Amino acid sequence: MNVFKNATRRQALSALGRVAAGLAALFTVKHVKAAVQGAVSTPAPKGYDPTAHQWQMAIDVEKCIGCGLCAEACKKENHVPKEPGYFRTWVERYIIKKPKAGAMVMHGEVVMARGETVVDSPNGGIGGFSPSAVPKPEILKSFFVPKLCNLCRHSPCDQACPVGATFRSPDGVVLVDWKYCIGCSFCVQACPYGCRFISPVTHTAEKCTLCYHRITHGLKPACVEICPTGSRIFGDLKDLSPSNPLRKFYENRKLQTLKPHLGTEPHVFYAGLDGEVR
Amino acid sequence: MMLPPILLETTAHYDELLKHVQGFIYPNELNLLWSVLIVCYPYITGLVAGAFIMASLERVFRVKSLQPTYRLSLLTSLAFLLVAPLPLLFHLGHPERCFEVMMTPHITSPMAIFGFVYAWYLMAVLLLELWFDYRKDLVEWSRTATGWRRLLYSLLTLGVRDVSLDALRFDDKIGRAITIIGIPSAFLLHGYVGFIFGSVKANPWWGTVLMPIIFIFSAMVSGIALLMFLYLVTCWLRRVSVDMACLETIGKCLLTALVVDFAVEALDWIHRLYIADESLDVLVLLASGRLIYSLFVMQIFMGMIVPGLALAGMIVYKAGVKMRQMVYFTCSLLVLIGIFAMRWNVVIGGQLFSKSLRGFTTYKLELVGQEGLLTSLILLAMPFVIVSVMIHLFLPRSEMAARPTSPAIQN
Repeated sequence: MNVFKNATRRQALSALGRVAAGLAALFTVKHVKAAVQGAVSTPAPKGYDPTAHQWQMAIDVEKCIGCGLCAEACKKENHVPKEPGYFRTWVERYIIKKPKAGAMVMHGEVVMARGETVVDSPNGGIGGFSPSAVPKPEILKSFFVPKLCNLCRHSPCDQACPVGATFRSPDGVVLVDWKYCIGCSFCVQACPYGCRFISPVTHTAEKCTLCYHRITHGLKPACVEICPTGSRIFGDLKDLSPSNPLRKFYENRKLQTLKPHLGTEPHVFYAGLDGEVR
Repeated sequence: MMLPPILLETTAHYDELLKHVQGFIYPNELNLLWSVLIVCYPYITGLVAGAFIMASLERVFRVKSLQPTYRLSLLTSLAFLLVAPLPLLFHLGHPERCFEVMMTPHITSPMAIFGFVYAWYLMAVLLLELWFDYRKDLVEWSRTATGWRRLLYSLLTLGVRDVSLDALRFDDKIGRAITIIGIPSAFLLHGYVGFIFGSVKANPWWGTVLMPIIFIFSAMVSGIALLMFLYLVTCWLRRVSVDMACLETIGKCLLTALVVDFAVEALDWIHRLYIADESLDVLVLLASGRLIYSLFVMQIFMGMIVPGLALAGMIVYKAGVKMRQMVYFTCSLLVLIGIFAMRWNVVIGGQLFSKSLRGFTTYKLELVGQEGLLTSLILLAMPFVIVSVMIHLFLPRSEMAARPTSPAIQN
């Protein structure tokens, strides 16, 4: 208590100044460290300017044939563990059944347009899909939906990360700095789309990076490269040339995102999406 | 294609997991990530907050009948707080990076706030309050004790040996002020743990605005039950007669907290059932399927209804002292188990269903291993060991009956 009693105004101000300077130094060190971390921990080449691009992927659901080559190529390209339970991208099969006889009509009115929806994704669709257990006559329709990181503008994973190891790069890609991630799994819990996992090798969070090591070198992501039907459309929104496949797709198709009610603003747009897809 | 041998070994594990999957889950949801350790974390934190609230009842709200447990509740709170971060630490993929949470916190993350709330609660509230409360005794014991104990008590005085009346009055004033700050801090500590879950909008089982409130009240319930349990056990072991007035007050507090907790959780369910959004079907299946035992039997029936009725019965029915002690003891145990089941239902239950709302995965509790049953049992036992040592060192037999306050301070 005596310290404060005897202090002059000058001494008090100088003490305050020192505290402020200390805090400022701490702040600067933190940011410099973050900048260095950011610079060294992405696989982008030297001279790559993330502000000059806006990478996006769009999905044409009607073109997907469920061959699963995309999921397989992704695992190979990114050294994703081969076991089930670890996928950066995968394909889901939706089978919508016809309504059961009797369910169709109630009080003389047609009440059900369709029956139960059966979804599966055995081994993420790798190796394609074997015929479904649902007998053919019961099927109303079926389709495949490729899934990947939704590149949310308000990404819940980024918001949840306690150390800032996951971040949204200026070029639109949500990345994880595996040298910084503490492996708490909070981001995995926060992702509404199930796009993340904890790698059993690095014990850190992993996810689709749009093949950042490829796109920053001017290549396409592995899944896009291998897709035989052009179901995955990839491009740079900042590329204004008329041949940009992404721009054409956005102009000509009606688009939808997954779980829009959560307000995450996904930047992976789907054309031809059914309401059953979550 | 040949898989490398290390992968072949583990495929049996995944086959086993896949066998238990029901309906459709996103492929990455096969491995449940927050294990029993993350069940222990909110459980232990809740006990900290709850025990502290009991101390504040005596200190701030002047519930004098709780005097015999005032120091016990502070020591309990401290012992459990010391262990609280360990389950989190053991769970991390990279425990060596844990300090990054405090060095480079990402402020939009509720988890990043943990370091600050924890440090604040430990250093600005609990340690300070204990030190001011114990200062006079530490000075006295450092004179009377011998051997290493003398050294320990002297060190803990931090060299402040002024026990004049003025100094003691100051201690008392400061101690009370800290407790007043401590009450919102205790709410913050556990409310924020609730917010970690409540803020996950991706998960309808967690993402509710009521979650922090449910956590706070369940924390109070468990903390009070723990205090009751520890007080009875300590008295029995030391062959000190139990202060029945104190025990009855703790019992009434427990009943009140239990009723409020039950009401808030019931409100949560009523709200879910009435709103009936797209997640309701899967949540009802979850509650009536994979959680039926831990939710309806353990948490609600054994952990709430039975002890609630018994505690209410204690108010109406005047049983003998022995009988009352046994009933209170049983109630405290049931409540402690019930709240553990509640944490289990929140943490594990929230990961059993798919975020596609179309199916369920499973959780296999391993026995040994970093996140196994053994680790969590050790972690749950640790605070009890710590608190016994603390009771041994800082809670002489004579203090169990009533808290000594110098008459000079009271005026």
